[in-house]
Amino acid sequence: MRTNDLILQTVTKVILFIILLFSIHLFFAGHYYPGGGFIGGLMTAGALVLLLLAFDMKTVANILPVNYRIMTAIGLLFSIGTGAGSLLFNVPFLTHAFTDVYLPLLGKTSLHTAVLFDIGVYLVVIGVTMTIIQTIGEDE
Amino acid sequence: MSLLHLAIVSPLLLAVIIPIFSKSIRQIHTGWFVLPLPVVLFSYFLSFISTTSHQGTVYESFEWIPSLGINFAAKIDGLGLLFALLISGIGSLVVLYSIYYLEKDKEQLGSFYVYLLMFMGAMFGVVLSDNLIVMYGFWELTSISSFLLIGYWYHREKSRYGAQKSMLITVFGGLAMLGGIILLYIMTGSFSISEIITQSDRVLEHTLLIPALICFLLGAFTKSAQFPFHIWLPDAMEAPTPVSAYLHSATMVKAGIYLVARMSPVFAESPVWLWLVGGFGIVTLFWGSFSAVKQTDLKSILAFSTVSQLGLIMSLLGVGAAALHYDGIDDNVFTVATTAAVFHLINHATFKGSLFMVVGIVDHETGTRDIRKLGGLMHLMPITFTLAIIGAFSMAGLPPFNGFLSKEMFFTGMVKILQMDLFSLSTWGLLFPVLAWIASVFTFIYSMKLVFRTFTGKYKPEGLKKKPHEAPLGMLISPVVLGSLVIIFGLFPNILSHNLISPAMASILPSLLSPGDMFDVHIYFWHGPTPELFMTIGVVILGILLYLTLPKWERAYHLLPEKLTLNKVYDKGLESIQTGSFKLTRFYMNGYIRTYLVYIFAFFILILGYTLYKKDAFVIDTAHVSSIGFYELVLSVLIVVSTITILFAKSRLTSIILLGAVGYTVALFFVVFRAPDLALTQLVIETVSVALFLLCFYHLPKLKKEESKIPFKLTNALISIGVGAIVTAIALSANSTKLFESISQFYVDNTYIRAAGKNMVNVILVDFRGFDTLFEICVLAIAALGIFAMIKLRLTRGKEG
Amino acid sequence: MEIVMAFVVGIIFMAATYLMLSKSLLRIIIGTGLLSHGTHLLVLTMGGLKNGAAPLLGEHAPSYNDPLPQALILTAIVIAFGVTSFFLVLAYRAYQELGTDNMDRLRGTKINE
Repeated sequence: MRTNDLILQTVTKVILFIILLFSIHLFFAGHYYPGGGFIGGLMTAGALVLLLLAFDMKTVANILPVNYRIMTAIGLLFSIGTGAGSLLFNVPFLTHAFTDVYLPLLGKTSLHTAVLFDIGVYLVVIGVTMTIIQTIGEDE
Repeated sequence: MSLLHLAIVSPLLLAVIIPIFSKSIRQIHTGWFVLPLPVVLFSYFLSFISTTSHQGTVYESFEWIPSLGINFAAKIDGLGLLFALLISGIGSLVVLYSIYYLEKDKEQLGSFYVYLLMFMGAMFGVVLSDNLIVMYGFWELTSISSFLLIGYWYHREKSRYGAQKSMLITVFGGLAMLGGIILLYIMTGSFSISEIITQSDRVLEHTLLIPALICFLLGAFTKSAQFPFHIWLPDAMEAPTPVSAYLHSATMVKAGIYLVARMSPVFAESPVWLWLVGGFGIVTLFWGSFSAVKQTDLKSILAFSTVSQLGLIMSLLGVGAAALHYDGIDDNVFTVATTAAVFHLINHATFKGSLFMVVGIVDHETGTRDIRKLGGLMHLMPITFTLAIIGAFSMAGLPPFNGFLSKEMFFTGMVKILQMDLFSLSTWGLLFPVLAWIASVFTFIYSMKLVFRTFTGKYKPEGLKKKPHEAPLGMLISPVVLGSLVIIFGLFPNILSHNLISPAMASILPSLLSPGDMFDVHIYFWHGPTPELFMTIGVVILGILLYLTLPKWERAYHLLPEKLTLNKVYDKGLESIQTGSFKLTRFYMNGYIRTYLVYIFAFFILILGYTLYKKDAFVIDTAHVSSIGFYELVLSVLIVVSTITILFAKSRLTSIILLGAVGYTVALFFVVFRAPDLALTQLVIETVSVALFLLCFYHLPKLKKEESKIPFKLTNALISIGVGAIVTAIALSANSTKLFESISQFYVDNTYIRAAGKNMVNVILVDFRGFDTLFEICVLAIAALGIFAMIKLRLTRGKEG
Repeated sequence: MEIVMAFVVGIIFMAATYLMLSKSLLRIIIGTGLLSHGTHLLVLTMGGLKNGAAPLLGEHAPSYNDPLPQALILTAIVIAFGVTSFFLVLAYRAYQELGTDNMDRLRGTKINE
């Protein structure tokens, strides 16, 4: 897959970071506002797909040398680990805990183990989407 | 979990770790690690003799599935203990023997001992469980381990055939038995054998008695190789000889005997029981001994002889049931049949076990079991010859061996039938002693054939693969032990009578005993010039005559056409079942995915439509319906138009773009229906999906015009319209009926309080229903790996692909 | 609105079924995609439409839309994506290997065994 579209490439360079930042915002906002692991992950993946469309496979693989299958596995481990962690505190699998802490600069911040679980979801979604797109794209 | 439970499952536990031993310690034969267990268990079970010989029982139970009345209840009584001793005792000897029989460099010892231990544990479970369901589980496990052991040399086709045959027949019987167990549960409401026995009066009057009884007997007859189910046992001889000695003569095939004995207190008073058990037993006895004479393979002779001896024990148990119809035990002469059954059970285990081991030695040292190639081994293998003589003479019923005693008692039991005046035994009963006597003549003939064709006559070294010599000492220990037991039990039978036979009889015929009472068993060597003695003398004389003239009348066996044998019936039946089921399946599973989809959709329409109609669920209630907005109407029109257009799209690109249009419209629907998370997700997914479709675009085939006939299109259209209509009906009804309060309010109320979140959808996903999400990402990961595998891993199939 | 949606869903299902019953692999895939869209809308409709604000507590509304169907649909959307892409790849690999996309020629078993 080789494209040479100047406009697309230039726009992509600018827009990519906006989408990525937006996706990270969506991910963290998930507990209070629309967003979350699924949407954030899909948005990130969408940004990467755009990159793939604008440039070619090899270039992207050079910029982001990530093995997306391992990313999927790490994501799964995160989610299962969060779930299993609650067993250590003698509560049922996947029980979450949360607390509010005061951090310098950020002020009152609520910390929630659900975020850890969501990170897992986020990573799996990116990993899966990119694995699918990448393997299909590489196939000649 | 008590020590008794541990003893029962200990072989299974050892089976788990034995492969480690066989893998890591190769210098030492794995059998040495196995051997201590049965020895320890044997001595452990010996310690119970003092309890059972005073009619005591040991009962241990722990709850397994209490809600169904299924507990792992272990019970030791006379009968169970007798079998447990047989299993552990013969088991020890067989393991010892197998150490010398199977060479450690050539065989997969790990699997062999795993199967053997599995069998041992299962067998303990069968004979010591008081709960019928637990017993059934162990019962099937014995079938499975027997299957594995028969197929141990799986590269031989005959082994596989024999293994499959035994599996099919015994598991069929096992399933029948399960049916019987359930019928008994319906009648009594209990799975516990002890409890069912106390309710035997109720069982005997119940209309389900006969079906239950037949189901149990099917289980027992298949397992104990009774006519006509005996055909699996000769083929099971493909197993290594230690296995044949253990499973197929001493223990597993006696599980059927055990079952009959165990269920006797429940069923035995029924005349059907007496006739079926006794009748099938005596026919098996006759047919087995008759067929054994024509065999030329040593193990086949023993296999048919086992069949016939099992029939003998079975018939004794059947006839023994007659005793229940006479009161008192002092003058009750009919219990002698049961005594003989138990006594012969022990004797058979000893002499047949030793004979199998002798045959194994002959096979091992000469390389053949074909009686036509053997002969004159007497001088080369004197000890083996002596052992063979002891075993075979005991089998033939000659003094002073134990077989003589039980054979005499067997005759006594059969002759006593003539004195019975119930169930029309006085007329047909004559068949029993006559068949018994004829069968004994044949038994005598094949016993002689077994010994003298092998060990005397002309020595034919040219037909043998190896140069024969006496077996190593270790291989001789086990048959020597069994052979000495044959003599000891023959000379001093009363060491058994008090300790083992009487308690076992108490378990079989408990209703004849008043509490604290026990059977007084005395076995006499000489009991005067009775009809039995003359029968034995007759057997010997006629037997010798017929054995000497055997070559002259042997041809008579070929008169029965090959086609009519039971084996042929079995083979043909199996074949026609296979082709029949193949044809039946082929009839509706024709390989077209479309056909299957039609089935699915048709059922979808029928079942849902029927339910809607039957439950009167189809209602349209406009009370709670929300208003129709302008944007929604536009979107609806848009989605309907794009959907319909897909149907008529001619090119791939149009279809993909239209599908994308539908997807984006769905996203807009989510916006107007105030589902922001869904809208976002749908937008991104749709983008990625379209990208994906476009990526695959080049690889995908062009859309061709559907060239199909009108009926084809019509069925499709009909089914599609049906599905659409049903879905519409369901959607309408679901909105109009509220059967119960929605659980959604819980999430609305608790999202902030319990989970400290404000976005309910996300909180449900990660917190309240986190498990769903966890599984979902697993599914995603699997799909991704599947795609990766499909594309990256290509099987090289040469150029043809 | 629910009644209109019920008919819309019915039409989508109908079209999806028709596509799935056709002979071409690509049509079948498009049919499954369409089917999942229909299902999502069906679940959403069954839960009732426009009962209140979006299910975000920050809205401080007196009543909210039912969040549960939305959570279920969110899961379903992502799963549908995974399954559709799997199916897509399966289809094109089958086409590559076997050289046909006609379902009548793609048969799981041999008839003359």
